Amino acid sequence: MFEFIAFYAFAAIAIIASLLVIGQRNPMYSVILLIVSFGALAGLYVLLDAPFTAVTQIIIYAGAIMVLFLFVVMLLNVPREEAIASRLGARARRTGAVLSLVFTLEIVWALTRLSVMPVSSGGGGSIGSVARIGTALFTTHAFAFEATSLLILVAMVGAVVLARKEHH
Amino acid sequence: MSAYFIAHFLLIFLVFNMLVMSAAFMVWMERKVCAYIQDRVGPNRVGVEGLLQPFADVLKLLMKEELRPKAADAFLFTIAPIVSAAAAFTAFSVIPFGSETTLFGLLDRPLPLEVTDVNVAVLVIFAITSMGVYGIVLAGWSSNSKYSLLGGLRSSAQMISYELSYGLALAAVIVLGGSLSLRELVLNQTGYWFHVIPRWYIFLQPLGFLIYLTAGVAETNRAPFDFPEAEQELVAGYHTEYSSMSFAMFFLAEYINMVTVSAVATSLYLGGWLGPILPSWLGWLWFLLKVLLLLFFYVWMRWTLPRYRYDQLMEFGWKWLLPAAVVNLIATAALVLWIG
Repeated sequence: MFEFIAFYAFAAIAIIASLLVIGQRNPMYSVILLIVSFGALAGLYVLLDAPFTAVTQIIIYAGAIMVLFLFVVMLLNVPREEAIASRLGARARRTGAVLSLVFTLEIVWALTRLSVMPVSSGGGGSIGSVARIGTALFTTHAFAFEATSLLILVAMVGAVVLARKEHH
Repeated sequence: MSAYFIAHFLLIFLVFNMLVMSAAFMVWMERKVCAYIQDRVGPNRVGVEGLLQPFADVLKLLMKEELRPKAADAFLFTIAPIVSAAAAFTAFSVIPFGSETTLFGLLDRPLPLEVTDVNVAVLVIFAITSMGVYGIVLAGWSSNSKYSLLGGLRSSAQMISYELSYGLALAAVIVLGGSLSLRELVLNQTGYWFHVIPRWYIFLQPLGFLIYLTAGVAETNRAPFDFPEAEQELVAGYHTEYSSMSFAMFFLAEYINMVTVSAVATSLYLGGWLGPILPSWLGWLWFLLKVLLLLFFYVWMRWTLPRYRYDQLMEFGWKWLLPAAVVNLIATAALVLWIG
């Protein structure tokens, strides 16, 4: 019963907060609502008996990455994002609408193909489950892991190159 | 309602109030130690040796008017100190401070002396303290004042830089102990080498302990790393615009964070509640003593060392502390693999 209520509470918070992130114009509030959404997601992980994943979610996303986001928002100090709709022409808006429709169909297609797999409960948050995650990451999923780290490295190099561009 | 439930509830109540009291005590200790370091006497009017001074301070703060700048963001300005204080209190909830007790047979099963036992306690503390920075950053931004904003910016930059070394120092202990549970990590330190040296992780991780302490000072924004509020440059940094109880909440959060960092250091490196002489049910006295010594060290450092320059702080964090923490972690992992 408790898990049932908690699940719907966390799910509702996550969805509403995520909608509000894109729904309102103050970037500062967007960042904070995203943190709230991450927090609710962490709560869902706890309900799935995966405290390690939950805490990692908080440390990495809500902790480290969002602080960087806040840092950027504060440095730029944009009080309000201007409405994009007024700046865009009719053609751009129509293209956007078509693209978002395609994207929605894509998500619906992906979600209907998804089969629910029973997941073996991994001993809570003991070091055993951490060890299992680590082993899986470096053996079965080693390629994906290395490819992702390369991708992040490329993005980082790109950011440095862009930031250091000389102004003439 | 079982006796166990009531005992647990009382324990939570006790821990909460002890944390508030520890902040009050720290204010007194800070002023006293600072005074003697500067060849003064310090507060000695309210109560014996000025012991009641913090309560007078709190009363003064409560009576003051709550001010909010007109241009401030009302909502964020209000929740910022709450976020700070709440994160500080929550982080302590997973720290064990004594062995299990049945209160001399009153309870049907032993009650562990901690608010809650989480098997990923080390990471939980790390996660919650990383949430605490939002209080400071939001306060800095929502005040709509340049000093506050600069304080908030510095704080986020400092936290990101030092959190890495802090986490890597913790990781080395986790590798050594093979557990993420603070209780298990403390119990792993039971016993002695050659009958004299206690099996504390500080003797296996001296470099890790130093890195942890240094990064801990930066995490709690204490001198010599107190950039977010550097009073000579930023008036009072992120809490410039705060007054009355909302200011007191930041103050409270800072001291409770110090207690938490010291308590984690005690659990991970100094054997927690383990110690000689005292029987095991009085272990919490050892815990208290060790935390107190670390807290004294903090105060001592603040009134002895001058503040760094901001670029020195960044250089130290990224070019010295972080590489040292990485080497420490890799060396520890290699040794654990080698010995088995």
